[in-house]
Amino acid sequence: MSFIRPKFRHPELPKNALGYTVDYYEGALSTLCAGCGHDSIGAGVVQACFEMNIEPHRLAKLSGIGCSSKTPNYFLSNSHGFNSVHGRMPSVATGANLANRDLIYLGVSGDGDTASIGMGQFVHVIRRNINMIYIVMNNGCYGLTKGQDSATSDNGSKNKTGVMNVYESIDLASLAIELGATFVAQSFSGDKAQLIPLIKAGMQHPGFAFINVISPCVTFNNNVGSTKSYDYVRQHIEATSTVDFVPEMTEITTTYKSGVTQKIGMHDGSSIQLHKIAQDWDPLDRQSAMNAVKLSKKNNEILTGLLFMDPDAKDLHQLLQTTEKPLNSLSQSLLCPGSEMLKQINEDFR
Amino acid sequence: MSLSTLKVNDFVVRFANVNGSGSASANFLFTKAIFRMGIFVTPKNIFPSNIQGLPTWYEVRISEKGYLGRREGIDLMVCVNPQSMASDVAAVKPGGYFLYDSSKNLHDQYIRDDIHYIAIPLMEMCNNAFTDPRQRQLFKNIIYVGALSALFGIEFKMLEDLLAEQFKGKEKLIPANIKALNLGIEWVHQNHIYPLDIRVERRDLIGDRIMIDGNAACGLGALYAGASVAAWYPITPSTSVIEAFASFSDSYRVDPVTGKKNVAIVQAEDELSAIGMVIGANWNGARSFTSTSGPGLSLMNEFLGLAYFAEVPAVLIDVQRTGPSTGMPTRTQQSDILLAAYASHGDTKHVLVFPATPKECFELTADAFDLADELQTPVILMTDLDLGMNDHISEPLKWDDERAYKKGKVLDAEALEKIDKFGRYLDIDGDGIVYRTYPATHPSKGSFFTRGSSRDEYARYTEDSAAYKRNVDRLTKKWNIAKNMVPLPQLYQDKNASSIGILFFGTSTFSAEEAMDILRDQGLVVDAIRLRAFPFSQTVLDFIDVHERVFVIEQNRDAQMKSLLTIELQIDPKKLIPVLNYDGMPITADTILNTMKESTFVLSKFKKIA
Repeated sequence: MSFIRPKFRHPELPKNALGYTVDYYEGALSTLCAGCGHDSIGAGVVQACFEMNIEPHRLAKLSGIGCSSKTPNYFLSNSHGFNSVHGRMPSVATGANLANRDLIYLGVSGDGDTASIGMGQFVHVIRRNINMIYIVMNNGCYGLTKGQDSATSDNGSKNKTGVMNVYESIDLASLAIELGATFVAQSFSGDKAQLIPLIKAGMQHPGFAFINVISPCVTFNNNVGSTKSYDYVRQHIEATSTVDFVPEMTEITTTYKSGVTQKIGMHDGSSIQLHKIAQDWDPLDRQSAMNAVKLSKKNNEILTGLLFMDPDAKDLHQLLQTTEKPLNSLSQSLLCPGSEMLKQINEDFR
Repeated sequence: MSLSTLKVNDFVVRFANVNGSGSASANFLFTKAIFRMGIFVTPKNIFPSNIQGLPTWYEVRISEKGYLGRREGIDLMVCVNPQSMASDVAAVKPGGYFLYDSSKNLHDQYIRDDIHYIAIPLMEMCNNAFTDPRQRQLFKNIIYVGALSALFGIEFKMLEDLLAEQFKGKEKLIPANIKALNLGIEWVHQNHIYPLDIRVERRDLIGDRIMIDGNAACGLGALYAGASVAAWYPITPSTSVIEAFASFSDSYRVDPVTGKKNVAIVQAEDELSAIGMVIGANWNGARSFTSTSGPGLSLMNEFLGLAYFAEVPAVLIDVQRTGPSTGMPTRTQQSDILLAAYASHGDTKHVLVFPATPKECFELTADAFDLADELQTPVILMTDLDLGMNDHISEPLKWDDERAYKKGKVLDAEALEKIDKFGRYLDIDGDGIVYRTYPATHPSKGSFFTRGSSRDEYARYTEDSAAYKRNVDRLTKKWNIAKNMVPLPQLYQDKNASSIGILFFGTSTFSAEEAMDILRDQGLVVDAIRLRAFPFSQTVLDFIDVHERVFVIEQNRDAQMKSLLTIELQIDPKKLIPVLNYDGMPITADTILNTMKESTFVLSKFKKIA
């Protein structure tokens, strides 16, 4: 970890529309290893929130257990945080979201937290389309317990001691697409230019937004032979497109110039602008997204960028038809039917 | 018939049916008709873990004295299930009655010479009267209800009224039901002496009482307490808590203008997720609860430890069933006590409340939400299958409109403005109960990090031993404060009158009260206390202290409440004598009395009433 973070800030740091400078979005000093990919993702969250003019207190950050799940402490110190139990962040986020639909929910998890102990909750949070952004900081290993393989470690990948993983890996992005996730992206902690617009778009997406971010573990899984090392990822990365997130576009249109640019309009007026690179891929078509991911895997490539999106999906509140007001704001007079009504209820049991 | 055998409003009827054959509504009709005649009646559903085909029983105790516990010994058995006939014949008390479907001859092995047989050709009558196969099946049940009404003297108008209520909106179904009832009545009139020497007579004992199951009352309690998020996983016998909550929510939580719901109910993928959602919602300021049973509570242990340590409110309704493991899913027990009290690893303790009646299911569920918010900790309502799934006669449910939800120490934006630095775990009031904030309260004040790891007063992660110890010692302080906040125990006497005490809780209450009555009739007096909560208040300790011996009545094998009392109150275990019932059936007064009488040492100490 880095022990000293200079307090000095440039006196003329740019301010966002709310008048905040970027440091207002920072958190406690990170205790992760120097060079950890997770800290880059945290910095991406800070930048995205700053640029999106988010009031930090209107965002709740939730996580499970592990190195990745520690990171919410290291950004957005003006947000409430909840470091829950291992693999169970999705349920806590679901409950929190049900209690107050007006906040932004940022879930942070790791590959152990999501693909192993938390797999059950992960698949069900997808089914329910909770309006949240769910970032997996995926390094293919268990950092806090010193480098054991995780379920996303690729078959054939070597760990620090040279031992090869013999098991099939779980590909979280294709799993999420398969299960009906309404926003699925993949990125690399070393590619901020791509990651930040994806985080922004994910936060704006009115449903479950999943971003699987390859985030090398510099201490336990950055060796030769590992498929989650910085070098390997840089050599094998492929992008579906370059991504721009445009916050308040005036008109909602989907224009698609074949093979070049695609804009995906969102209902709140923002849009995602994709400058497409991948061929035969349509981010609005689940099947073609699945094909693109599978094909890249076959070619030993890591496909990044926005993979799939369904901008029209209904989130859990819409599915349950809950009131527009946050449930935690309802008054006793609305919630409690009162004594006269109870007399009638008693009558039904006589 | 001699007068000595005449039993008015004091007998037990058991129905032996096939699961899934439509007997439940017919049997309920029988029970409710007696209730409407102003007589105390207690039904117990003894059902299999099965959808269709296995034997199921419905046992009804009718009691002029108002005893609501179960009683051993069947006075009249209605047997329409050949599968269970051998044991059903054997279960009838000498001198009792065995009513059966005589469409087929009764095998010789079922003939006892010490009981009476009432042979009604139910199937034959049904086949002659109805053509539709489903009606032929269903109305067999209604015919025997008609026959019983004649045999016992149940007022026909009560049955008629109940059918009219049941089929409101589907009136065309009523005549066929009336026809079936009359078939049974006419058969008795033509073939049997009626009424029997066991019979019912109208009384005015019920007053304004209601008949409701505990689970429905819990669901209503959660509704009235303002629960707006419910998360659950289906499990017998707790499922009907959420079903009741959902059904009442459909009536009382839908915005009349928008049609949108002021409630969110989610069926989770498992109990881990259910309790996680409950904790997430409570953390975010919405009252939220789950209902479960033993196996679910086992799974929820991890999260309960988090909620205890991170101090997040949560309400759980544990409808206990027979354990361990899957045990007997459709039988009752009070066997989750130690699991619930100390759920999760490390030093954990949880607040428990023990309702004994549907009225208390309603009240204590509502109280549990206040307690959880005030103490910022999980509160577990310990009910059971017997109370939860069986209809009980209960005092009517009451709600005081002056009652305001106690949300505990929650700081709003205005309060945060006034303080310099918010410390989530700072014991400002010296009672161990700290201040919390909901997310999104204030732009720059009041945010904190909730975690299950050790933290200091400002919610900052720490591995400092002193800070850890300060925190867990504060939790103990809070625990001690809770002793004076939880529902008080019920003492049955103003002044102690015996060196012997009895102690009980939950569904052991009815039979314990009956046992006390019987003892009193024999000139023996005991003092009694009913627990309503854990942690135990001083009253509980005082009661045990002043008595030479205390019988602890409970429904589990290992005397779990005795253990809990011994551990928590530092009592000599020899002082507490266990009275245990754990075969899955609700405890009876006879079981209690027999165990007490076996304890010869104690019996000699009974103080006789002068």
